[in-house]
Amino acid sequence: MDRNGLQHQVDCMRRSLFDQGYLDEPFIQLEELQDDANPNFVQEIVTLFYTDSARLIQNIEHALSTRPIDFNKLDDYMHQFKGSSSSIGAKRVMNECSVFREHCSAENAEGCMRSFQQVKQEYVALRRKLEDYLQMEKQAAVSRTP
Amino acid sequence: MRAKQMLATMSHEIRSPLSGVVSMAEILSTTKLDREQKQLLDVMLSSGDLVLQLINDILDLSKVESGVMKLEATKFRPREVVKHVLQTAAASLQKILTLEGHVADDVPIDVIGDVLRIRQILTNLISNAIKFTHEGKVGVKLYLVPEPPFAKEGSQHGSDGSTANQSTTSASKTESYTSTSKTSSDQNEFHGKKNEGLCQNNSHREPGTPVTNGTTDGSEEQVELPATTVWLRCDVYDTGIGIPENALPTLFKKYMQVSADHARKYGGTGLGLAICKQLVELMGGRLTVSSRVNCGSTFTFILPYKGSTSCDSSDDPDDLSDMVDHDAMDEDETAGFFQFLPRTLGSLFSSNGSSRTQKLMPHNIGYAKSHKLDGLSENCYSFPMNNGPPKEIDSAVQISSEPGSSISHSWDPDNKSWICSEKSQAVEMKINTSGPQLPPKRQKKPDVGSLSKLNGRQQVLKNSTTSKPKILLVEDSKINVMVAQSMLKQLGHTIDVVNNGAEAVCAVQKHGYDLVLMDVCMPVMDGLQATRLIRSFEETGNWDAAAKVGIEQDSSQPGHTSPTKRIPIIAMTANALSESADECYANGMDSFVSKPVTFQNLKECLEQYLG
Repeated sequence: MDRNGLQHQVDCMRRSLFDQGYLDEPFIQLEELQDDANPNFVQEIVTLFYTDSARLIQNIEHALSTRPIDFNKLDDYMHQFKGSSSSIGAKRVMNECSVFREHCSAENAEGCMRSFQQVKQEYVALRRKLEDYLQMEKQAAVSRTP
Repeated sequence: MRAKQMLATMSHEIRSPLSGVVSMAEILSTTKLDREQKQLLDVMLSSGDLVLQLINDILDLSKVESGVMKLEATKFRPREVVKHVLQTAAASLQKILTLEGHVADDVPIDVIGDVLRIRQILTNLISNAIKFTHEGKVGVKLYLVPEPPFAKEGSQHGSDGSTANQSTTSASKTESYTSTSKTSSDQNEFHGKKNEGLCQNNSHREPGTPVTNGTTDGSEEQVELPATTVWLRCDVYDTGIGIPENALPTLFKKYMQVSADHARKYGGTGLGLAICKQLVELMGGRLTVSSRVNCGSTFTFILPYKGSTSCDSSDDPDDLSDMVDHDAMDEDETAGFFQFLPRTLGSLFSSNGSSRTQKLMPHNIGYAKSHKLDGLSENCYSFPMNNGPPKEIDSAVQISSEPGSSISHSWDPDNKSWICSEKSQAVEMKINTSGPQLPPKRQKKPDVGSLSKLNGRQQVLKNSTTSKPKILLVEDSKINVMVAQSMLKQLGHTIDVVNNGAEAVCAVQKHGYDLVLMDVCMPVMDGLQATRLIRSFEETGNWDAAAKVGIEQDSSQPGHTSPTKRIPIIAMTANALSESADECYANGMDSFVSKPVTFQNLKECLEQYLG
């Protein structure tokens, strides 16, 4: 694919990530922090997000499986997870987190488990999309340089 | 007693689900809402907050009444407290009023008392004063008085005739003292008394001191005692609507407002003064009021404080040299006059809904961002006043994260001035009037880039003339650290990073920072507590409070021995209920940025607090 075509694809993909609500404003902040001094910033942050939050996801899984469920702890973990998600602008993930926290406040175990499934789904879906997007973006950038 | 206990228990029970409602509403407010929905939500949120506050008041009152309330005894600096309370009130001021504070020279630098409660009382009285004053000024006067008669054994002086508290004053109250109970005459009597020495004991009667109004004492032998008591009188005065005479007797009673009309017009629950009175009397003092309708009111409380024993009483020359030393170290310590001139708000701002943090409640402050311009600092810009009913003001003043428009009031600690700035789509303006001293620094400093900035950014060029400001970032999330670090690097700063409140306190103990960016929710110690500890150090000059919770100062490093100025601490809040703006300010933070932090917010914040 020619240079322009690739870039065009990248732009379209980016556009749709925002339109479909996968990403939000904070992601743009990350993009703006990427420059010549920091050429892989977005990739680095996204990678960090996924490695860092893997631990939190595990903690939540574990907390959901113990009896009795410690809702305070659950809420704590989710608060941290939601915070990280919001820092990269992972909008759909964040929304599911909010639903989770509602169930948590209501001490609704069933609800928590259901919404946690949703959280994980969105989390995984976003990762795939971001991987595709960032890879394509890198290709386009490489093909841009003379 | 049982009823009170039930009330306290029920209040706790009520608080939890109510917090739930409010926090859901807060989450809702972060979702996409149309204008109408936003407005409805704001009503929900302010109502919820109001009820929560009420519950806290009820709890406080029942605690005091049932004798459960324990008073602390901490060393603190009255000047700092007065300044801080006024600062806080000024920051949230929605009217054109001047706020001022006078602390007499003879008030000691340090005293011992329950600083939290005293601040609560002062804040309550000041917010009442502001609430009922529509023009003119609200002020605080703090000065030393001789031991009042109600403190003496068997004497009855309370406003409700209650038995005088047997306060633990030293035997130096051997001086006999007759005084009238009228507020005004007290003022006349003691106003002229200055420079009685920094370190306090009750030896007010120095030979040659003019004695007026029938006080009988000339010079008396003073018994030197290790613990001394000083009586400080605080007048909170205003030029407000005043209180009719017939309302005065019931003023301090619970649930009483001056009239039903008042209650309707001004809101409030009528609990504040009752709480104040209880607290003051619990501490061994008295709370009184004098007022004239349409003229103004003065609320006065007199409290005993244990004198700080850090200096012993001595003859004047020593005291004077002590004072000189203090002055040399830091003029802020003895600064006795604070003034916050009124700002007028232009009507240039667009309003697109209001954010929760701007309710018109007295304790509330809520502006996160501000803009500054250069070159205009000398001038005072006056704009048509927005003085309409609360609803209008609410819509004119708002925080939004869109670049559209924002307004803020903020206190600039470096320059003792109150900055109110707002920007609209087209124009950014800054109004800055400084207090008594006009700081040269502000005029000279070029402000790079802010004039044109609304979207996008450019690299900020650091002036190499001044040394790089030291910034401390306190944040537990690795991602947020990385993002913030990158942003700050682009802004030309290098920073220190710690991961929780305890580490932050340690860091501040070791180094002086020009700014602290403090996350609120963190493990080990949260940002609120860390801020409280740092402020405690600034107010008391020691790290005792930190040591109490287990933070030991590293003795190998010298660290600072005394704070030279207040460090700006900026909260980074996820905007959850537990991290509300109110809570941040109440714990001593100066401002906040919402998470996730944007480059623009951070930039503005730094510009404002680092100059």
